[in-house]
Amino acid sequence: MIKSFKKNIKGILIEGMTLSAALLIIAIVVVMITVIVIGGKEQISWEFLTSFPEDGMTKGGIFPAIYGTALLVIIMSVAAVPFGTITAIYLTEYAKENSIIAKTIRFAVRTLAVIPSIIYGLFGLGFFIKFVGTSVDNTFLGGQLKWGQPNILWASLTMALLTLPVVIVSVEEALKTVPRDLRAASLALGATKWQTIWKVVIPGSISGIMTGTILAVSRGAGEVAPILFTGVAYYVATLPASLSDQFMVLGYHIYVMTTQSANVDKTMPIQFGTTLVLLALTFILNISAIILRYRIRKKKTD
Amino acid sequence: MAHEKIQTENMFLHYGSKLALNDISIQIPEKKVTAFIGPSGCGKSTFLRSLNRMNDLIDGVKIEGKILIDGINIYDNNIDVVTLRKKVGMVFQKSNPFAKSIYENVAYGPRINGVKDKKQLDEIIETALQNAAIWTEVKDRLGDSAMGLSGGQQQRLCIARTLAVNPEIVLMDEPASALDPLSTSKIEELIVQLKEKYTIVIVTHNMQQAARISDLTAFFYLGELIEFDKTKKIFTNPEKKQTEDYITGRFG
Repeated sequence: MIKSFKKNIKGILIEGMTLSAALLIIAIVVVMITVIVIGGKEQISWEFLTSFPEDGMTKGGIFPAIYGTALLVIIMSVAAVPFGTITAIYLTEYAKENSIIAKTIRFAVRTLAVIPSIIYGLFGLGFFIKFVGTSVDNTFLGGQLKWGQPNILWASLTMALLTLPVVIVSVEEALKTVPRDLRAASLALGATKWQTIWKVVIPGSISGIMTGTILAVSRGAGEVAPILFTGVAYYVATLPASLSDQFMVLGYHIYVMTTQSANVDKTMPIQFGTTLVLLALTFILNISAIILRYRIRKKKTD
Repeated sequence: MAHEKIQTENMFLHYGSKLALNDISIQIPEKKVTAFIGPSGCGKSTFLRSLNRMNDLIDGVKIEGKILIDGINIYDNNIDVVTLRKKVGMVFQKSNPFAKSIYENVAYGPRINGVKDKKQLDEIIETALQNAAIWTEVKDRLGDSAMGLSGGQQQRLCIARTLAVNPEIVLMDEPASALDPLSTSKIEELIVQLKEKYTIVIVTHNMQQAARISDLTAFFYLGELIEFDKTKKIFTNPEKKQTEDYITGRFG
C-alpha cells in the first residue's frame, strides 16, 4: 500500500492548521501578559499601591481603587456565599431531583448565568437604588437622599447577584462529590438530615465550596459593568467609610484613565500599572483556589 | 422459640409500579443470627432496608402491611425515624467510613446523641472497637485517618461505629462480599460473637456463609418469602422445591 501523496499533504495541512490555532492561544496569552508586565512593572512600587491619585490622575497611586475592589468583593461574598450555599444545599439535599420546584430553580440559575452583566447593572439601578433605596429614604429619612443613590452596598449586592450562579453551581457540584454511602451511613447511625449535612456533607465538600467561592470572588473583582450604575465612582477623594458611600474600583479606574482623562498619554504608565495589579489580583485568587483544592484533596487521600 | 424481635405481617413493597416484595410475613427472633438468601434482585436487600426505614430515602417506594419491632409498627405516623435507626443499626455492603480519624468515626454516633464527656466517649469507643474485634489493631493509632485501614479493617470499623450507638438490632447488607477470605472469616467470627448481645439480620449471596453463621435462614425469590426455618433444616431438608433448587445450585 503506497500512501497517496495528495492524502498525505492534506493530512499534514490539517494537522498544521489545528496546531497553529492551538499555538495562537498560547501566543495571545504570552503577548497579553508580556505587554502588561513590561508596561506596568516600572510603575509598581509601595507608594503606587498605597497612595491616592494626584494631578488629575496623571500621578500618584491607586490605593482607593485597590481598597474599593477589596471592599466590594468582601461585601459581595458575605451576601452571595451564604445565599448561594443554602440554595445549593436545598437543591442537592432536599429537593427531589425532578420536582417542578427544583427544575424551576435550576432554570432560574442558568438564566441568571447568561444574563449580560450590564443588565445586572440596570437591574441594580432600578431595584436596589430606585426601589429599595428610595423607599428607605422616604420611609425612614423623610425623603432625604441617602440610600436612593449609587453606593458600595448596592454595587456589592448587584455584583453578588451576578456571582450567585457561579457559587450555586460550584457548591452544588462540590456537595455531589460526597458519596451517597456516607450520607446513608450517617442516617443509619440515627443522625438527622441536618446533622448529616452539617457533619458529613459540608466537611466532605469544603474544598469545593471554598474553590467555588474564590472563583466567584475573582469574577467579581474583574467585572465593571454591574457596578457602573450602582456605586462605582470616577474619583472620590476619600475612602468609603460607610455602606452608603461611593467607591473606586481597579477595572473602572483603567477605563476612566484610558477614555475620560484630560491627558491620556500622561496616564499611560498608571494604566499599565493598574492593569497589572488587577491581573495579579485575579491570578492570586485563582491560584489560591487551585492550591486550596489540591491541599485538601491531598489531605483526604492521606 | 425466643422472643420475636422483628415481625412483619402481610408486608408489600412497591417500587414505582413494580411490586418488589409480595406479602412478606416473618418472625425474627431476638439475639439470633438470621440470614436472608436468594438470587440477585429477589428483594432480600430491599426487605432488609425496610427494617430501619432506609427505603424512605428512595423516591417511589411505597410500603403496605405491618413491620413490627418489639411489637410497635415502625411505619406508624408517630414513629421517629431517627430514634428507630439508633435502635436498628446498619452495616453496608461497601465499607463506608467517614473521611475522619478512626476515633472520630466511632465517636460520630455517640456525639450526635449528645455524649460530650471525653472520658465517657473514650469508654464507648474502646468497648465498640473491642466488640467489633478491631481494638488491638487500631488502639495505638486512633487519631489516624480511617481511610488508611485495609478493606476488612474498614468494615469492622463500620461495625464498631454502628455498635457505638448501642443498637438492639444490627442489619448487615452483604457485609463481607467485597472482602478477601481472611477478612471475611474475621467478620463471620465477629457476627457469631455479636449475637450474644444483638439481634443480627444479614443479607448474603454466599450460601456457605449463611450455613456457617446463621441460626435461621430465609429464602427469598422474586419478591416472595419462599421458606423460613432453622438454617440446618433449610440446608439439609428444605420443604420447598425452589429452596432446594437454589441451595443445590440449580439456579441463581
